[in-house]
Amino acid sequence: MAFFFEVLIGGLLAGVMYTMVALGFVLIYKASGVFNFAQGSMVLFAALTLVTLLERGLALPWALAASAGVMLVVAVAIERVVLRPLVHAPPMALFLATLGLAFVLEGLAQLVYGTQVHGLELGISDAPIHGLPIEISKFDLFSAGVAAALVAAIGILFQTTRAGVGLRAVADDPLAAVAVGLDLSRLWAIAWGGAGLVALVAGLLWGARVGVQFSLSLVVLKALPVLIIGGFSSIGGVIAGGLIVGASEKLAEVYVGSHIGGGIESWFPYVLAVGFLLARPTGLFGERRVERV
Amino acid sequence: MSSEMTVWPSQSRDPAAPASAPVGKSENSSHHARIRVPRSVPRAVARGAAIVVVAALLVSLPLLVTDYVLSAILVPVLALALAGIGQNFITGYAGQLSVGSAAFMSVGAFATYDASSHLHGLPLLASFAFGGFVAGVVGLFFGLPSLRIRGFYLVVSTLAAQFFVVWLFTKVGWFSDYSASGVITAPKLSVAGFDLSSPGGHYWLSLFVVAPLTVLGRNLVRGRLGRSWMAVRDMETAAAVVGVRTEQAKLLAFGIGSFYCGVAGALWAFAYLGTVEPHGLDLDRSFQVLFIVILGGLGSIAGPFVGAAFVILFPVALDRLGSVLVGGSVDAGLLQNVEKIIFGALVILLLIKQPAGMARLLQIAWLRIGRWRPRQA
Repeated sequence: MAFFFEVLIGGLLAGVMYTMVALGFVLIYKASGVFNFAQGSMVLFAALTLVTLLERGLALPWALAASAGVMLVVAVAIERVVLRPLVHAPPMALFLATLGLAFVLEGLAQLVYGTQVHGLELGISDAPIHGLPIEISKFDLFSAGVAAALVAAIGILFQTTRAGVGLRAVADDPLAAVAVGLDLSRLWAIAWGGAGLVALVAGLLWGARVGVQFSLSLVVLKALPVLIIGGFSSIGGVIAGGLIVGASEKLAEVYVGSHIGGGIESWFPYVLAVGFLLARPTGLFGERRVERV
Repeated sequence: MSSEMTVWPSQSRDPAAPASAPVGKSENSSHHARIRVPRSVPRAVARGAAIVVVAALLVSLPLLVTDYVLSAILVPVLALALAGIGQNFITGYAGQLSVGSAAFMSVGAFATYDASSHLHGLPLLASFAFGGFVAGVVGLFFGLPSLRIRGFYLVVSTLAAQFFVVWLFTKVGWFSDYSASGVITAPKLSVAGFDLSSPGGHYWLSLFVVAPLTVLGRNLVRGRLGRSWMAVRDMETAAAVVGVRTEQAKLLAFGIGSFYCGVAGALWAFAYLGTVEPHGLDLDRSFQVLFIVILGGLGSIAGPFVGAAFVILFPVALDRLGSVLVGGSVDAGLLQNVEKIIFGALVILLLIKQPAGMARLLQIAWLRIGRWRPRQA
């Protein structure tokens, strides 16, 4: 039984990491209804910026601030160059455009910062904490804490601030929002900027965990089932989705995968998500907006 | 969803049609009837003659170009264009997003291999057809969620297909006759006693598979099924109201599209590479096929050919250009990143400026040339 819980906790903590990436998606989806495939590339871009600045000898706080600035500039540029001309395009064209954007960002990140793997040391040990019945590393707990803080911050932003309420209005009905005088492009820039900052935090934690390298951009793919299960527009749902994906893929790998050759982690979350789509297309907490047939 | 109709490209038309329309309009109707009848006969003859010339040229290409052009450019272009046509049935015509075309290509390649290695004496083309059929069935299965969800949510279902197929062919040795890490090699390539193992043979095989399927696809999208696909794409609810069987149309798009991808996968594996491993047809290949369709033209049959030619030729051109500019060989990693940036930027640019893709751009250029007359002073 202890083993089961160890796997479960490990999976849940991995799920927290997926949640971090998925949060960036929700931010943009809530504000503009765009599924931003380039979020993973933004994570890679952010992490590479940060690591390069650190390697140049900048102190962590300054490097973080500078990277945040870079991400904000990138996000605003994306809004202006890619999204604004496509305002009235169908959702699929927007999705395909973000796919193109992902390629541009990946190429650009590796062109500017190089392709070698960088280590990222945050000074938090990844060793298990002593004195607990099951093994949990300090770093995992730290990530969980950061994720919780981020979720809380985004929740507060959407619920209480003027910009947050504006974003919700835009997501609900862009025409009506513009009619009552909301500045659409400013709000979109805010949403994309926020997603850029979330990408930076995600890149920081993922980078410290697995090294800053190209595979970071592939994290985006695991965020997709998280979003489907949790619901595209719900921040609470993303947390639940991340935890479900993390826990179930680890449990499935250990208890089922070992009998059929292993490695089922690679496809299990997607199959799970398809199951959810068929049974509950809105996800666990999503609004009833997913287009059903 | 209603805005979709205006932005999404419509079916590609005969290049001659838009050119003749304004001419007909400017004439008055009694002249129109008199002029049109004698004109259309030579036009049909010219058209038939053009088709014969182009066909003869395509068939005799192996005598005209080098082996390198045949096996490194023409064969992969044909294979990828076929996969692009399949992808276009699903995405460009029926409006269902799929990022699993490499999975369906993989299924086609492995099923072709299994058919030819287990059933001795099965003709090569029959095993290709079998591979396509199996891929079609698999595609149909992964298209089932399209009955309940729409648009880009299907990404997750096709991603499931993509990862599951790679995993299956790597882990289950039966599919690859228990070869190490699931690598399969080409069966002997010969059709009706003709040996096709030379580069020219590979090209002929690809041409004789791709050409009939292209003509079939062109007729398909102009017929009842193609029109119901477009109706589903443009406004599904309205399509259902006027009696289009939307569920049947969507499933057939996945089935037929995956059949094309499956045959393309067999060509890719056996006519182009000669051997393939499960990871050779991974998600990146799926994106490549998707990009071929976006760049070439969503909702067009010519588009995938233009897109595939671009995707294959552009890296070669970039490499040449790089070595001319730098004066030596350029770092491959650098070129790859530049390539990625340009591909991504082109996708965005085309989606904004010309969603009907490069095929439409070429068509417009062709019409401009055709209409150009020297100005009379």
